[in-house]
Amino acid sequence: MARMKFLCDADRCIECNGCVTACKNEHEVPWGVNRRRVVTLDDGVPGEKSISVACMHCTDAPCQAVCPVDCFYTTDDVIVLHDKNLCIGCGYCFYACPFGAPQYPQQTSFGARGKMDKCTFCAGGPEDDMSQAEYEKYGRNRIAEGSLPLCAEMCATKALIAGDGDEVADIYRERVLRRGGRPQTWGWDTAYEG
Amino acid sequence: MKLKKKQTAGASAPSANKAGLLGEAVNRRTFLRNSGITAGGAALAFTGGTSMLKKAEAANGPQPGVETQVIRSVCTHCSVGCGVMAEVQNGVWTGQEPDYDSPINMGAHCAKGASVREHGHGERRLKYPMKLVGGKWTKVSWEEAMNDIGDQMMSIREESSPDSVYWLGSAKFNNEQAYLFRKFAAMWGTNNVDHQARICHSTTVAGVANTWGYGAMTNSYNDMQNSKAMFFIGSNAAEAHPVAMQHILKAKENGSKLIVVDPRFTRTAAHSDQFIQMRPGTDVPVIWGILWHVFENGWEDKEFIKQRVYGMDQIQEEVAKWNPAETERVTGIPEATLKQAAQTMAENRPGTIVWCMGGTQHTIGNNNTRAYCTLQLALGNMGVSGGGANIFRGHDNVQGATDMCILSHSLPGYFGLSDGGWKHWSSVWGLEHDWVKSRFDMNSYEKVKDKDVPTINRPGMPVSRWIDGVLEDPDNIAQKDNIRAMVLWGHAPNSQTRQPEMKKAMEKLDLLVVIDPYPTHTAILPDRQDGMYLLPACTQFETYGSVTASNRSLQWRDKVIEPLFESKPDHIIMSMFAKKFGFHDELFKNIEMNGDEPLIEDITREFNKGMWTIGYTGQSPERIKDHMKHRGTFNEVTLKAEGGPLDGEYYGLPWPCWGTAEMKHPGTPNLYDTSKSVAEGGLNFRARFGVERDGVNLLAEGSYSVGAEIEDGYPEFSADMLKQLGWWDDLTDEEKSVAEGKNWKTDQSGGIQRVAIKHGCAPFGNAKARAVVWTFPDPVPVHREPLYTARYDLVPDYPTYEDRKSHYRLPTRYASIQADDYSKDFPLIHTSGRLVEYEGGGDESRSNPWLAELQQDMFVEINPADANDISIKDEQMVWLEGPEGGKIKAKAMVTNRVARGVVFTPFHFGGHYQGEDMLDKYPEGAAPYVRGDADNTTMTYGYDSVTQMQESKCSLCKITAV
Repeated sequence: MARMKFLCDADRCIECNGCVTACKNEHEVPWGVNRRRVVTLDDGVPGEKSISVACMHCTDAPCQAVCPVDCFYTTDDVIVLHDKNLCIGCGYCFYACPFGAPQYPQQTSFGARGKMDKCTFCAGGPEDDMSQAEYEKYGRNRIAEGSLPLCAEMCATKALIAGDGDEVADIYRERVLRRGGRPQTWGWDTAYEG
Repeated sequence: MKLKKKQTAGASAPSANKAGLLGEAVNRRTFLRNSGITAGGAALAFTGGTSMLKKAEAANGPQPGVETQVIRSVCTHCSVGCGVMAEVQNGVWTGQEPDYDSPINMGAHCAKGASVREHGHGERRLKYPMKLVGGKWTKVSWEEAMNDIGDQMMSIREESSPDSVYWLGSAKFNNEQAYLFRKFAAMWGTNNVDHQARICHSTTVAGVANTWGYGAMTNSYNDMQNSKAMFFIGSNAAEAHPVAMQHILKAKENGSKLIVVDPRFTRTAAHSDQFIQMRPGTDVPVIWGILWHVFENGWEDKEFIKQRVYGMDQIQEEVAKWNPAETERVTGIPEATLKQAAQTMAENRPGTIVWCMGGTQHTIGNNNTRAYCTLQLALGNMGVSGGGANIFRGHDNVQGATDMCILSHSLPGYFGLSDGGWKHWSSVWGLEHDWVKSRFDMNSYEKVKDKDVPTINRPGMPVSRWIDGVLEDPDNIAQKDNIRAMVLWGHAPNSQTRQPEMKKAMEKLDLLVVIDPYPTHTAILPDRQDGMYLLPACTQFETYGSVTASNRSLQWRDKVIEPLFESKPDHIIMSMFAKKFGFHDELFKNIEMNGDEPLIEDITREFNKGMWTIGYTGQSPERIKDHMKHRGTFNEVTLKAEGGPLDGEYYGLPWPCWGTAEMKHPGTPNLYDTSKSVAEGGLNFRARFGVERDGVNLLAEGSYSVGAEIEDGYPEFSADMLKQLGWWDDLTDEEKSVAEGKNWKTDQSGGIQRVAIKHGCAPFGNAKARAVVWTFPDPVPVHREPLYTARYDLVPDYPTYEDRKSHYRLPTRYASIQADDYSKDFPLIHTSGRLVEYEGGGDESRSNPWLAELQQDMFVEINPADANDISIKDEQMVWLEGPEGGKIKAKAMVTNRVARGVVFTPFHFGGHYQGEDMLDKYPEGAAPYVRGDADNTTMTYGYDSVTQMQESKCSLCKITAV
């Protein structure tokens, strides 16, 4: 099986937010919930870099380790998904996640968290693939349709790459060779080592 | 650049409580009904209800087991021309897929392109025709609206002349609608017709066309992959043309050097090899300062200049004044910096230059654009792949709408307003020239060279000045009366300067009509009780037709969905007006009607018959559609089809695509490229300015396109010239009968073009480019300080122009404004620009929740030093006030992105006026999610000396805490 990974090439990312709205569009993600966002470092000064961040689908996912109701599961493609029927919105996963991926829709005026929502690598959830129930809770299941995450497919400069980790690495390696630069595989050590 | 994304009171979340869809298959009717009903008040606070579980209720995503159609279209935001693949189920737009086959974007989208499916939701659209009654928006029928408006317009026409109704069109029209609109205005009887191109690239079109022939991007986004150096000035492609960055960054990865010159350290600058921070409004000194080093070191391309450029010696004299010391005094850029840039450009050829609004929107915009051209001519970078002037246009079809000339000074294909131009088009329309004339006020209101000239032959007022057409004393304007009725048809008024005066003008009008998918800022700006209508037009995803990207390629859009709510396509609305006005038969003489709808393909065919000047003649609807169908066969770098049914053609048949469609010209990928034959897309500079000036030859010398049988310069082709050359008999008898007495621009058989190309020649002749435009106020581009300058000390050395009594029918002020020094009371330079999330005035994109969420507040970028001087903290609310009295409220963004003394605002905001939210003035449920003050409320007077481009890149302001 493939080992699915995301990689954001910081030399290519221009903070256009195409990935962010592609995600909103594909899954009808409501206002206030951001499965993906672009973070800019050193904004406005030389050295400025932008990186698109979402759930990285870690090899040994910390969210999964801390979840008190064990709602997370890892697919054969090593995509980390969760079951909203089990989630109690406790927020532990948010504290554990090194990427700030888990999102919580605001449920009431007293700040209780709703069911956690996050990037699914466009792979839906535990319901039947491509069912209406799955779409309503998790959005579209592109992986089941044979496609890759829309954020990466639509990236304006092909900075964000998604897919089988070996292929992602090949694409990126060729770019690094061409540029003669040092690879900046931001987040990979945290997400995929060990 | 971007404020932190968090919920604020300024924005309203989209309403989430859309009832009724849960568990129901979404068909088109329930979908429409629900999106119509639930578009509630805009001021909903963000409380509760938007979890992913609840979201299901709003789902209009893909339905399992329902047949999905995939429809091809083109993004309607910027001019890059990204392919869009829409998935449609039961007439509802349920999904959007990457268009990997498109050689332009290869599947890629920016934030705007990736969110176009929201057009299928359209919650905040203008849903019905609306009429203002006693200050309240009231729903009316289309019939009633058209009758009311039509009657009032016709009585204004009767009382004051046709010139008192202003037809403001749009770069959002497709080519067919744009062409039809210009023709429509002619039949109404006025040249008071214009569109956004006036305030985006008019100075480019004028400057560039007068330099080498055509006023358009010479190469393509794709071709930049061949560049060894890329020089950006006044262009922030990473935000304004994000998908272009795919090609630009690939070029960079192949070793190309990227130089960015801008007052701001932009997102594009963040990827540059060299960033040069300039003072706004000093483009000419920057370019001449670079050229100074080029000439000093002998880096110019002497052979190229000798063969293909006129007037470089006069440029050299001007450039000699811009020694490093003087350049630094005016621009603030040190010698070593510009020398490095000059050296980079000299050592890395071919290099390309890119400019946008930062260069064009100035009182001396035409000088700026010609200076840019001159830099490229001096370096020999023109007419070569990887070189060229890659002028990125703005809107998706602003190139096409410009080519169709929704412009007050020309007719489709840039034909002039002379009788010759009118006769040509009257003949294409199948109408008598006299009948067309009879539609106009044939009186003269100004003399040209002591001769009376009727309004039909005089340029109308430009969009930048329509407010003066309303407010100016009628004795001072060169038409019968003021403008009394205004039609804003696909135009964001907040993209224009002098908003307080615009408000007054909107209040003074007898009649104000908005035709748009959204109510726009116009709906809320004036305080009126009546005499105002909002008519819902649909978007380009709800209709079909051709669209021209910045690189001159034509693409075809298929209709994705039926028009939402009661909206209608623009060409149907034009047809309704024509019926009401009584010239429907004339307008559609050659165009079949499909019920209420004029057949788009027939409109394409009609302009194919007349647009010989710029080669919009070979792109028949059938050919354009074929290109869309086989777009996967075109090479991503060359845009040339490799194999397949279109082998050898260039994607979208970039104009000029000479001759008739039957001639099968492949299109011209890079203008003026002599390394290819004209038949294969090659070209040379156009012979447009005569053959000789003051004894100097204006024709090319020893330079010609591959295969040309005339191996030297030659004038433009005419029937007589074919006879002199002995090529007349190459015409068929049929062609001969049409071509007799005509030239390459007016021969409707296309024979003259065909024969010229058969002999390897360019129909428009082969001449030198001219670095000196002797017909312009400044033949050699010179620097002039902005009207509102922060460097008043430089005014004696670099003064502006004298005031002019009549320019485009209106008095135009220069020196009388610059006579006062405002820089003490208004110490900060105010410049403006774009954000990636929004487009133009933003009415559409701020109504798209996926985009609006990303930019919720109007803001002003201010340097930390300036902020500290006036005790302003980051994210604090401030007043920004301009020297003409307008003020706006915005959130301070303290950043080093702008230099000390310069502040920047985005121009996409609207819906507030001088600090007040005008939410109550929108029709219910049609307010954009995000509203804010329009920065143009504070932008000031100032217009280009050739085109009346507005000055919106360099004004003054002061900032105070709220």
